[in-house]
Order: sequence, then C-alpha cells, then structure tokens
Amino acid sequence: MSGTPVSSGAEAGTPVFESSLTDFFQLMKPRVMSLVIFTALVGMVAAPGNLHPVLGAIALLAIAVGAGASGALNMWYEADIDAVMQRTAARPIPRGRVTEDEALSFGVILSVASVLTLGVLVNWVAGSLLALTIAFYVFVYTMWLKRRTPHNIVIGGAAGAFPPMVGWAAVTGSVSIESIVLFLIIFTWTPPHFWALALYRNRDYQRAGIPMLPVVAGDVETRKQILFYSVLMVATAAVPIFIGLGGLAYAVTSSVLGVVFLWFAFRVWSIREGRDSDKAAKQLFLFSIFYLFVLFAVLMAEHAIAAFLT
Amino acid sequence: MTTIGTVMTGEDKSEEQRAQKQRTRSIGIALGLALLVVLFYVATLVRLGPDVLNRPI
Repeated sequence: MSGTPVSSGAEAGTPVFESSLTDFFQLMKPRVMSLVIFTALVGMVAAPGNLHPVLGAIALLAIAVGAGASGALNMWYEADIDAVMQRTAARPIPRGRVTEDEALSFGVILSVASVLTLGVLVNWVAGSLLALTIAFYVFVYTMWLKRRTPHNIVIGGAAGAFPPMVGWAAVTGSVSIESIVLFLIIFTWTPPHFWALALYRNRDYQRAGIPMLPVVAGDVETRKQILFYSVLMVATAAVPIFIGLGGLAYAVTSSVLGVVFLWFAFRVWSIREGRDSDKAAKQLFLFSIFYLFVLFAVLMAEHAIAAFLT
Repeated sequence: MTTIGTVMTGEDKSEEQRAQKQRTRSIGIALGLALLVVLFYVATLVRLGPDVLNRPI
C-alpha cells in the first residue's frame, strides 16, 4: 500500500494534495450509508421499549459512521479493482484524490470511534454488533470472499443485513427473533439485488476479475438463482406477519410488492437475450431498492403509529 | 517561500496546496473531536437524568 500522494495535476511527478472533505465523505459510500441509517432506524422504531431521543440520535450517528468506516476500508482494499471498473473508477482513491494510507487511517479511526461511542453511550450489545458488522464487511466480504467465490455476496450480504439488528439492540440491549427476521429479509434480498446488477454489469466484473455469479456460472444459472432467492426473500418477508412484528398494512404491502418482485424476477429468468434481457435485469435491480425501502417504511410507520396511540 | 518576482514556482504551489490540505484536515479532525466531546457530554447528562444538578453542596 503506497503512502505517497498520487499526482493528478498538470505537473507530472509533482505531488498534488487535492483531497477535500468531500472526498473523505465519498469514501464513506454515502448512498450505502443512507440505506444503513434507514434500516437501523426501522430496527430502533420496531423494537419494544424506549430509548431517549438524544441517545437514539447518537446511536444512529454511530451506526452511520461505522457503516461509512467500513466503506472507506473497503475502498482502501479494493482500490486496484475500483480503478478498472467503470462503475467505481471515479472513486476518490482511483482518481488520486485520496491516498490509500489516508483511506486506511480514516477507516480505522472512524471504526474504533463509532464502536466505542455506541458501546459506551448506548449499550455494548449494540456496540459489539456494530463491530461485528464492520469486521464482517471488511475481513469476511472484502478481503476473503469477494475475489475468491461467486457466493461472495450471499455470505457477505450479512454485513448489510446487520444494521436493523444493531438498531434493535440499541433499544432493547438484546438480540431477538424479530430482529433476526429483519436481518434475514435483507440477507435474502441481497443476492437478487446484486446479481441483477451483475447481469448487466457483467463485463465490468469480468475485467476486474471478480468471480461474480454471472462471470463464473454464466447468465442462465444466475437467472435461476435470482428466481430462487426471490422466492426465498418473499417468503421471509411474510414471516413478520406471523410473529406479530408486522400488522395489516405490512401484510398487504409485503404480499403485493412480493408478487411484483417475483414477476420482475420471473422476467429476468425468462428473457435471456438481447436488449430486453439487460432491461429486465435493470428493472429488477431498481425495483429491489424500491421494494426494500417501502417494506421497511411501512413496518416503521405501523410501529410509530402504534407507539403514538398508546 | 521562494518566489521569482510575483510568479510562484511549481514547488511553492505544491507546498502551499500541502499546507492548505493539512489545515483543512486539522480543522476536520478538531471538529470531529469537538463533536465527540459534545456527544459524550450530552449523553452523560441524558443518562444521569434531570437530577444531575440536584445534589447537596
């Protein structure tokens, strides 16, 4: 890992120090961070019990910073493959705006600070889960699985599924069946979401040498797996109805959106060639984001309204 | 700082950029630490509750 500043200026060989706070913010993967904040908030609102709003805000901030820290560490480790992928070539390290050493220090400091803050100020179950989330994303997904196996995002997806559990633990100080179900919904949502993206970004992943499922097993197998995991996800998303975590609004939303999700997944499975094939994959990818957002928003609204009325 | 007339050399520009970057970073770190101090202070008050100031002198 080079610690020398990368020159991106006009004078070749002259170190240029151009990074700004915006570049460091970009290192934290703000879009991923926003999804983490949202799912963690759902976990906090759905959890039984009370947490002082100030402590709740601190918990959310710590979870967001922890997610951002793991994003920075991911970018530090993957700088070489980010540089050759169209989707990631504009990130701060490949563009030479932040050095790898800077990203590493930034990620480590924020990881430690976020875990300590959550542990000391809220509770250590939540703090430990946040530490596990960061460690899982960095060591298990980024360093171990991503470049080695097409199952990278299946197992690695756990890292993205932890935030509602962390949010839940921030309120209750424990892990329960309900929070595990929230985890499982995101866990089973991740494969169809990412494989849909990988289908139409196949060349990008091939060029970077990442063994995503379409690269290793081919399109047909990927489409089959997308359909399989979509069925599994829709079934998992129905569980809250039966354990009392979701109410009527959730039941209706989960059922309707689940059918639509399966329809998009079926289209990806059945349309295998031509432009329409890429279009179907893109539609599933975009719908999967909408699906998760609405599903969790409804769950949160139900619990927020119930808390307001009691 | 070495200048030739009013024109700055490439080395000077680089040095100035470096100093500016370090200054920005120092301010960022200072603000981050200040935020952490405020968070811990406020969270301590919240955890201790309203009786924190209500004690015999």
